[in-house]
Amino acid sequence: MRNPQLNANGELTHLLSIEGLPREVITQILDTASSFLKVSHRDVKKVPLLRGKSVFNVFFENSTRTRTTFEIAAKRLSADVINLDVTRSSTAKGETLLDTVDNLVAMHADMFVVRHAASGAPHLIADHLRRLGREDVHVVNAGDGRHAHPTQGLLDMYTIRHYKKEFANLVVAIVGDIQHSRVARSDLHALTTLGAAEVRAVGPKTLLPTAIEKMGVRVCHDLCSGIRDCDVVIMLRLQNERMNGALLPSAREYFRCYGLTPTVLALARPDAIVMHPGPMNRGVEIDSDVADGPQAVILPQVTFGIAVRMAVMGILAGN
Amino acid sequence: MNAHKTPLAIELPDAEALCVHLAELIRPRLQPDTVVVGIHSGGAWVAQRLHTLLGLDSEIGLIDVSFYRDDYRARGLHPRVKPSSIPFDVEGRTLILVDDVLYTGRTTRAAINELFDYGRPARIQLAVLADRGSRQLPICADFCPWRVDLDPSSELVLSLDDSGRLQWSLDEHA
Repeated sequence: MRNPQLNANGELTHLLSIEGLPREVITQILDTASSFLKVSHRDVKKVPLLRGKSVFNVFFENSTRTRTTFEIAAKRLSADVINLDVTRSSTAKGETLLDTVDNLVAMHADMFVVRHAASGAPHLIADHLRRLGREDVHVVNAGDGRHAHPTQGLLDMYTIRHYKKEFANLVVAIVGDIQHSRVARSDLHALTTLGAAEVRAVGPKTLLPTAIEKMGVRVCHDLCSGIRDCDVVIMLRLQNERMNGALLPSAREYFRCYGLTPTVLALARPDAIVMHPGPMNRGVEIDSDVADGPQAVILPQVTFGIAVRMAVMGILAGN
Repeated sequence: MNAHKTPLAIELPDAEALCVHLAELIRPRLQPDTVVVGIHSGGAWVAQRLHTLLGLDSEIGLIDVSFYRDDYRARGLHPRVKPSSIPFDVEGRTLILVDDVLYTGRTTRAAINELFDYGRPARIQLAVLADRGSRQLPICADFCPWRVDLDPSSELVLSLDDSGRLQWSLDEHA
């Protein structure tokens, strides 16, 4: 079966998931992003690449931050950006996902940035466009269910590469609610493809997917052993609803066992970096002294995220 | 009859000697605030040579015009785009834009557009090692030591040899 993200020439035409992306494609996106990073430092923070193109942000699930970063990225590429709060309009009136897509295609959309609570929704749209013969319309997955959040995974890889240069000797710990995290899944696939030496999944049993070892990761239920001697710590957000779902006793107890404090971080390598996809819960998964400390690269992640999204859209729209 | 010269009839000049010649063309018109900006990748090499030969103090600017090309729709984004780096304020300055080969003029157009996104220079002059004719835009070089009329099937390529010297070659396309 053909990779649904690639066109007949093997070029990236949709970004649906990091899983299945060839290493060269990931590297090309990261390399391109470093050129876009410089654009944001200029007098005119725009390039004319997507001039005349219409990018539709179609968010079936709320996410102001992700939507905003995609909007900034598209605007810096000179695209026209249309934000659709579909949860409050068409979907609420009973329109199906593909009918919404057809309507937007009829409005001459060139790209969809899709966030959906259902895993596989962006894939369904890409598949639908192919059946319509509209391979000139591109889809970017901005997070689907528990499945994937590929641009977050890519910006995490960009951040790691920026600070650590190579992946080959890196030990990376992903800490927290991996079970419900599409970010964690995207990071795991990316780190595996880029050849990180060791990836650790750290968290309580209730928040780790079963058989996660099969993804080639080392499972640690103890935070200290999970952090020890690692080069990169990726903290995940603990969603409040997990507490209600009886997966955890309380936020305070979670912090005591899995919260990243300066004492725990001291077990990692002295030059280890701390990442977080945001929004952070201070005092739940991360201590403020770590979040604001010298090893945190959480705000650079946000800056890199714009450049990575510019690279993704710039590459897709040209293929 | 084809008015272009056939590739076999062309003797390719020494590229390093052309750089010296180009520097001599520029020298009398240098302003105190002149900076050079090389277009990636051939133009960047030539800009390095000019920077040394002219003894310029200011840093070299480098640009990759991939984000400004007019063939993006047809060819997509170049897979090996390099970051542009303009480590000085272009506002009110004299910039010498440097490329290896001037051909259709489209790369020059893209480069000028990009430079204006850094500010408003006082003037931009164009220095090229070779002008191979066949312009498609109203663009001409201010400084050029070698003019040659080439068939569109030929590609004039500047590269670095093993010892780091610049050299010309002619690639034939079907």
